[in-house]
Amino acid sequence: MKARIVTANRLSDGAVVYLDAAGDWVDSIVEAGVAEDGETAEALLAVATTAEQALRVVGPYLTDVAVEDGRPRPLGTREIIRAAGPTVAGAAIREGDERDDAKEASAA
Amino acid sequence: MPLIKDDRFAKDGWIALDDDDALPAGAPVIVTLERWRAERARLVGRNAPLGLRLRSDQAPAEIAGDLPHFALIALEFPKFTDGRAYSYARLLRERYGFAGELRAVGAVLRDQYGFMRRCGFDAFEVTTELDLDAWRAALGEVSVAYQPAADRRPWIAALRHGRPAQRVARPTVPVHARRHDEDEEDLPSRRVTADTLCEAYAAGAEEPVAALWAY
Amino acid sequence: MYRYDEYDSTLVAERARQFRGQVARRLSGELTEEQFRPLRLMNGLYLQLHAYMLRIAIPYGTLSSRQLRKLAEIARRYDKGYGHFTTRQNLQFNWPRLADVPAILDELATVQMHAIQTSGNCIRNVTADQFAGAAADEVEDPRVYSEIIRQWSTLHPEFSFLPRKFKIAVTGAESDRAAVQVHDIGLRLRRNGDGEVGFEVLVGGGLGRTPVIGKTIREFLPKPHLLSYLEAILRTYNMLGRRDNLFKARIKILVNATGVDKFRDLVEEEWSHIRDGALTLPEAEIARIRAHFAPPPYEELTGDPPEHAAARRRDPDFALWARTNVVAHKRPGYAIATISLKPTGGVPGDVTAEQMEAVAALADRYSFGEIRVTHEQNLVLAHVRQADLHALWQALRQQGLATGNAGLISDIICCPGLDYCNLANARSIPVAQRISQRFADLERQHDIGALKIKISGCINACGHHHVGHIGILGVDKHGEEFYQVTLGGSADDSAAIGKIVGPAFSAGDIVAAVETIVETYLAQRRAGETFNATLARVGLAPFKEKLYAAD
Repeated sequence: MKARIVTANRLSDGAVVYLDAAGDWVDSIVEAGVAEDGETAEALLAVATTAEQALRVVGPYLTDVAVEDGRPRPLGTREIIRAAGPTVAGAAIREGDERDDAKEASAA
Repeated sequence: MPLIKDDRFAKDGWIALDDDDALPAGAPVIVTLERWRAERARLVGRNAPLGLRLRSDQAPAEIAGDLPHFALIALEFPKFTDGRAYSYARLLRERYGFAGELRAVGAVLRDQYGFMRRCGFDAFEVTTELDLDAWRAALGEVSVAYQPAADRRPWIAALRHGRPAQRVARPTVPVHARRHDEDEEDLPSRRVTADTLCEAYAAGAEEPVAALWAY
Repeated sequence: MYRYDEYDSTLVAERARQFRGQVARRLSGELTEEQFRPLRLMNGLYLQLHAYMLRIAIPYGTLSSRQLRKLAEIARRYDKGYGHFTTRQNLQFNWPRLADVPAILDELATVQMHAIQTSGNCIRNVTADQFAGAAADEVEDPRVYSEIIRQWSTLHPEFSFLPRKFKIAVTGAESDRAAVQVHDIGLRLRRNGDGEVGFEVLVGGGLGRTPVIGKTIREFLPKPHLLSYLEAILRTYNMLGRRDNLFKARIKILVNATGVDKFRDLVEEEWSHIRDGALTLPEAEIARIRAHFAPPPYEELTGDPPEHAAARRRDPDFALWARTNVVAHKRPGYAIATISLKPTGGVPGDVTAEQMEAVAALADRYSFGEIRVTHEQNLVLAHVRQADLHALWQALRQQGLATGNAGLISDIICCPGLDYCNLANARSIPVAQRISQRFADLERQHDIGALKIKISGCINACGHHHVGHIGILGVDKHGEEFYQVTLGGSADDSAAIGKIVGPAFSAGDIVAAVETIVETYLAQRRAGETFNATLARVGLAPFKEKLYAAD
């Protein structure tokens, strides 16, 4: 079977997150913990699906990955887009800097 | 299962029977529609109150003519997303004039409490012990009714154009025993807000919800 | 436009406070996600591919400049500086944080806006015609009734857990610009034989998995009965709509399964019990709401002022824009201007915060402070003096909002698709961008003439592809994006569902396929024939032949 990782959306902002080997949630797919067999995959998912985790993430699930140089790569258009963000540049995909600036300004 | 009735915890005096349970003598029982149909004469002949439980695919029209036999009707919400019982409740209250206990069973959650009340439910089987204050607060969370419903609160058009309040019972009559065909008087309408409801509780009102209904 | 009274303001503030409590209970774990999900959906908050998405209601597509400025402020402060206008006249923000949403709702409440019931299995935004109150062919302003229905449907205790979502549209003109025939309930204002104004009631229209044109169940409904009749329809649907299968739960399935005549009987029987009851609409309430939609203080002007004609002569770019983006107004000397949100290669319907502010300022200056959102993801200034059109256009140009393509092939309707949406099977926006770039030449666009391309990234059809002249549906074939093409759809008076032309095209081939379709149309058409008329005459065969010639 293919290698698999666990991914979900972060509760606080809906961002795509991945479960790493230590059981923490990370932003980048390359840091995700990879399960090579079914048992490990189920164990990984179980870590992600506790009531405590429900306060951090929404809807964790297993997804297939390709592994290159020991690092997981997303498979399928959907997971590629989840990992990379929208593929369209358009009316501003600014990486949140405007929002953070505005928040800083209002906090000052 | 904990029961909320008239906005407080109440002891449930009713026994819900499976179709093959024996009928306990003299005790108030709730039976399914199937059992009602199968054992009608026997159930009617008992000297004890009778309740009926309807599934969400069993509309009240099926038993509209039998209502005088029931002191309680329980309507099921198999999932809280299955909203059929909201319509059934309104029909029972407003179309068929059912004045007995109307109980919500199944997936009954605090966030639907206000909707259920407005549709005419006055008793709720809840799945866990919970914060009753939170439930009461849920009632007052949205005080404006944009549309008329079973609770007869003046709806927005009535409030705006000073239509006389619909005929309602006096506030001293317990909610579950009110009948719509009794002699009733018009009462001046008054806005219910979270504050007025809290006032009513603070003042120790016995049936603050009756105050809510008294429009 | 409608202004809240104390009841409306109280409701919106209370609902925002209620949602704040629900968010807190989710964050504390008191509510599970399963319990929280329908609650956040009833407040328009989706969890999408990368982030939450908040859908803000713009009732019947009408906005004040003050409201648009507030949306710009929210875009800057809580989002990434832009918003997206949808095919149901709403606005979507793509990046709000969950904990910020209560604050966003509070901000919206200060300008009489909300996100109530923009999602969930309840009655959604009641849409209307974007030219309401300005178009010459209007029987009555439909927004009066959209507002009445909006209020009745808000937090309706009986209809908050319907089998599925419920969409209502109202049109007030002889020409239907609100697509009433593809809504769950469509209402057409019309006069009866006695000159009385009432509603034709259609039910069971819709797009999505099984597109259907709505059927008339009542030819004429007098106004006082509007809400009681709708209540009868909704109650019938709530009780009888399917609960076992999400994909068969819309009212269109019920009407089809029951048969329209039997369905009508069921509704009329229910209605017979409640008509003339508490829901009878008092004339005083209709009048009160109608007063909010009173015409703006127009000046007395002569039609077609010489300055306007001179500007068109002098400035051919302006003249070209005016050809497509300006439509006649019922008052002499005024015009209806469409602001295209479809710049060449742009994301259809997206607007930056700066652009929002610019449009708000232009609305203040040129259109009595009012803006409209169309079903086709453009904006409208409905009451512009013809003499001001040139100045308006120049100002729009500075903001990249002066693309003169309203109704032309590059005026593409497009859902967010797999770039944003959890439900999508394929991306839609890049396809729209590439088609827009391929047909960038405005002269070529004019030569082609009116042509509506509508693109959806999945079968849910938020891009309304079924009713595009050319409809494009993104599908997933073995993990790759493919695009199925339909032809001959239409959302106007001669509403029709497009027909599939043949096997789907790859992402690499779809733009060329669209070009082939256009070329075939141009080759086949007779003088002045629209795309659909040509298609009706020659059939699909010539298109199939050219598209699949190599196979």
